[in-house]
Amino acid sequence: MEDWLTLAVLLLAATLRVATPLILCALGALFCERSGLIDIGLEGKMLAAAFAAAAAAAVTHSALAGLGAGLLTALALALLHGYACITHRGNQVVSGVAINILAAGLTIVFGMAWFKQGGQTPSLPPEARFMPIVWPGASAIRSVPIVGPLYANLISGHNLIVYAALLAAPLVHWIVMSTRFGLRLRAVGEAPLAVDAAGVSVSWLRYRALIICGLMTGIAGTYLSIAQNAAFSRDMTAGQGFIALAALIFGKWKPFPVFGACLMFGLFDAASIRLQGVRIGGLGEVPVQLIQVLPYVLTVVMLAGFIGGAVAPKAIGVPYEKEH
Amino acid sequence: MSARRRSLPRWIEVGVIPIVNVAIAFLIAGLVVLLIGANPLEAVRILVYGAFGYPEAIGYTLYYATNFIFTGLAVALAFHAGLFNIGGEGQAYIGGLGVGLVLLAFDTTLPPPLLIPLAIIAAAAFGAAWAAVPACLQAYRGSHIVITTIMFNFIASALMVYLLVNVLIAPGSMSPETREFAAGGQLPFIHDLLASAGIEMASSPLNVAIFLAIGCCVLAWVFLWHTPWGFEFRATGYNAQAAAYAGIKLRRVTLLAMCLSGALAGLVGVNEIAGVHHRLILNFAAGYGFGGIAVALMGRNHPLGVILASLLFGALYQGGAELAFEIPAITKETVVVIQGLVILFCGALANLPRAPLASLLALVRRGRPALAGET
Amino acid sequence: MPTEAAPGAAAAIELRSISKSFGAVRANRNVSLTVARGSITGIIGENGAGKSTLMSILYGLYEADSGEILIDGTPVAIRNPRDALRHGVGMVHQHFMLVDTFTVLENVVLGAESGPLLRQSVGPARSEIERLGREYALGVNPDALVSDLPVGEQQRVEIVKVLYRGARILILDEPSAVLTPQETDQLFGILRTLRASGVTVILISHKLREIMAVTDTVHVMRGGEVVARRKTSETSREELAELMVGRKVRLELDKAAPKPGGPALVAEGIGLRDARGVTVLDRIDLTLRAGEIVGIAGVSGNGQSELLDVLAGIRPPTTGRLVVGRREITAARPADPAEMRALGLAHVPEDRLRYALIGAFEANETSVLGYHKDAPFSGAILLDRNAISHHCVALMERFDVRPRRPALHSANFSGGNQQKLVLAREIAPAPRILLVGQPTRGVDIGAIELIHRQLVAIRDSGCAVLVVSAELDEVMSLADRILVMCGGRIVGELAGAEADERKLGRMMANIWTAPGADAAARAPS
Repeated sequence: MEDWLTLAVLLLAATLRVATPLILCALGALFCERSGLIDIGLEGKMLAAAFAAAAAAAVTHSALAGLGAGLLTALALALLHGYACITHRGNQVVSGVAINILAAGLTIVFGMAWFKQGGQTPSLPPEARFMPIVWPGASAIRSVPIVGPLYANLISGHNLIVYAALLAAPLVHWIVMSTRFGLRLRAVGEAPLAVDAAGVSVSWLRYRALIICGLMTGIAGTYLSIAQNAAFSRDMTAGQGFIALAALIFGKWKPFPVFGACLMFGLFDAASIRLQGVRIGGLGEVPVQLIQVLPYVLTVVMLAGFIGGAVAPKAIGVPYEKEH
Repeated sequence: MSARRRSLPRWIEVGVIPIVNVAIAFLIAGLVVLLIGANPLEAVRILVYGAFGYPEAIGYTLYYATNFIFTGLAVALAFHAGLFNIGGEGQAYIGGLGVGLVLLAFDTTLPPPLLIPLAIIAAAAFGAAWAAVPACLQAYRGSHIVITTIMFNFIASALMVYLLVNVLIAPGSMSPETREFAAGGQLPFIHDLLASAGIEMASSPLNVAIFLAIGCCVLAWVFLWHTPWGFEFRATGYNAQAAAYAGIKLRRVTLLAMCLSGALAGLVGVNEIAGVHHRLILNFAAGYGFGGIAVALMGRNHPLGVILASLLFGALYQGGAELAFEIPAITKETVVVIQGLVILFCGALANLPRAPLASLLALVRRGRPALAGET
Repeated sequence: MPTEAAPGAAAAIELRSISKSFGAVRANRNVSLTVARGSITGIIGENGAGKSTLMSILYGLYEADSGEILIDGTPVAIRNPRDALRHGVGMVHQHFMLVDTFTVLENVVLGAESGPLLRQSVGPARSEIERLGREYALGVNPDALVSDLPVGEQQRVEIVKVLYRGARILILDEPSAVLTPQETDQLFGILRTLRASGVTVILISHKLREIMAVTDTVHVMRGGEVVARRKTSETSREELAELMVGRKVRLELDKAAPKPGGPALVAEGIGLRDARGVTVLDRIDLTLRAGEIVGIAGVSGNGQSELLDVLAGIRPPTTGRLVVGRREITAARPADPAEMRALGLAHVPEDRLRYALIGAFEANETSVLGYHKDAPFSGAILLDRNAISHHCVALMERFDVRPRRPALHSANFSGGNQQKLVLAREIAPAPRILLVGQPTRGVDIGAIELIHRQLVAIRDSGCAVLVVSAELDEVMSLADRILVMCGGRIVGELAGAEADERKLGRMMANIWTAPGADAAARAPS
């Protein structure tokens, strides 16, 4: 009984840690897509932010400087996407792909040139990272049955960004449903003409949505390199930006379901690590590549199986032009 | 694209704007080179020398270009039907698997005139199959093809690692690769062919697959503009609703387009596996899939444009290798950056030069009334 | 009684020398007009005359190339809708600018919220909506979802939206395009109440009847210019029609009596439910006979478009069956456009730019769209481009499509010529059945006559023709038999010769009494 509980708590704790970048990216993309812009470039923004954060933290030995660098970098890429797609009405998917490839190349080019470690940034000391925050009384309460492990391992002991991600879902929900900005955001994704005719700037709304998306993916990238890990390594995002996008679609562009979808992907990912080395009777050892590939297969299965009824914002993907 | 947008003369649309787009991309690439402490002009000099300056270089450039032609055509063909095939990396990889399997199975039993065509068909079939699953999911379940093809790229990677490490590895080998194919399963090198005709050419990986690539370009051109299926592709790409009303079966077009696209990407395997490495290895397709996107956009999705753009990117790869040798600060990832910039400026920001060019044209016309009558 | 502006009082709106070009097209040329405060002014003109562009400039959706706008005598700069609203100008568009997934309240409040939190806007909005409803007979339910509302109520929401922001000048763009004659009367009642309280109303329309019914003054636009200004009480429909078109207009079409043959298409009990389960078509029975033109009249949005889709094989019916030749089409055995074409059915969709043309294709390619796989355009593998080119030239000759350049991109032809090209394409293979939606929408007068003559000609050669049109005049002049649709059902049938607007109007609103009783109720039109 105890064993199962410990296992469950550890698994859930791992889930939260793994799901954090997904949650931040997906909720950031929610603003973007609800405003009618497709954002394939989540992966690139996250990767670039991760590199910038690790580089800044390595040089300044300050986690906050790292966070700042990560935010600025992702923001810059988000504004680039906006410039191409809003101001110049370019193809949004192509722009996203370009940003991904640019990020993949630039992070390594600059990484090799500045740090000469084959694309990695130097390992970071604790003061340059976001370390786990231990809540008061955690070690004291640890031995108490049931409540102890729950408090000590699941609730306490995560870094600041994980807690921020957990708060993000209700915050995003409140912004989208209860504020003036949220009303206009939802309107512009469904009927940009109506918003324009009502005297509200479609471009400025979409830029603001992009800025929020940029900031949130910036936090996600920062988390990867200086919170979850202690350095940047090449291609460290490994497709999580796309998995976040799949979670957004699976959650039908609504904050709480998207949050749930991210947790589910996270749980699956955390659980699959435990499968490594395990033998399945009769078939032998589970190949490590199969474990690695499971998140991607799951994404495809999710997209294939459950999207029948998902309704994207009506105006998504169509550059806004005054048509009369 | 709105027909109302002020249209510039045709020669500007087709000739000047693409060149301006590419020029901007390279200018910014030059800035990046500057930022990492190297001299961009020096870099260009080394690049050009490295790509064309000595006999082997030209061979290498053309060999790289062959791969880009395959993946560039793949992306271009899909674009005509309104689809964005980002899965070229995975499709090329799996196409190579097809070639490898056929050659491993039959290289000692079948004569070359049967074996090689079989390998080519396998490359195309495997590549098509790898594209078919995302295509079906898009056509029948509405799953976003961009996400599924990227997932399949990752899956292809893992699959190949598993196969080469555990299943297909040559007995006794330390590295994950298969045994070498018998001579019948190796495509002749161009320098060997020329040598047997008495012409001397420096040795390089360039092999007869380049003729296959050019042949595919011709076939693609005929297909798109001179067959009813190509007509349906283009109709669907421009206006899917009108195509549906015209009786064109959209799902069929989606599937056919993606499968043909995947098949073309798979042919990279013919060049790499049967033409150069003569065994199945890891990562032979790395970078060509995404490079194909840049090539297609730069070449405006036209087979001739694809050939020209492929030559440019082939030169970049070969010149880039020379560059990395001469200037250690510049690595092969710089080419990736250039690819990204090309995709950005020839794809998403392709219309950036329009307004300035239109103003420039108006300025010129005002100064030269004789030109004012042109459309 | 319209209030006469006191001499010397500034007009509510004055436009001075407004010009606007889109590339080579001069949509407005030196337009000057004045609108008196507290009046209802009409602006009339054909499609493409420039009235919508002019009003879009007044509302800030476009900026004029030159000219001035004065409101209450003061020059103002209107660069976007926000500026317009600030100066008290509001616009109710032809295609409603509403967010379907929002409630009425959310739509009204959008852009005019009382504060950064939605909560702050709800109270004031609710009471204001209620007040507007009371004062101007503009009753709307603030909590209803817009997508659930009938079209007439959606239009009222649009008006409430504009009044909520304090607009004193109201522009209505073709408001009756989507209303039954009875709903239109209701709207005009609202407009008269607004006028009485000092609101200035500008009505854009091409419907002579309505302009005569409700306006005080009317400006006629043609070819981008204002060609005439009349007091409504001092002019007539005939004069306005002539001014609109520039020459005497023949409102009648010469045609011989029809010689109907056997049934070419039989629809029995056709029903259609859309994705949300709403019944769009309800037990439709109709028969198309060779050599006869059947017209479907009805306000747009009552199922006509969907009926066309079902008959053309684009959507399978949910219930009922369709018989064409030997093929029976039901929900279980659906057809598709290609198959219908093979059965001899040709279809000219209502929205030709979206569904019948590919702008980027050459006229050549557009001229074989849908027939590209048949001989002689296509051999075993290759297209025969020569044959295609000849075909295009022949079509252009027969239907007078200009310019005669087969290699020109389809988008570069004018709307009327595009329509002619599409019609030519579908008529040329001599189909057994021809379905046409809005045949002359956006087409200039000269082309209208040609298109009508071609439709009658194909009827005379034995084709079964179905025409769906929102223009009652067109249906009445073309059709041998008229069916009226309302709410997804066929509510009445009349022979062409017996039809007049009053009867059709009442059928369209689904108020129909026996023929005898109607004669007593008939009032002079």
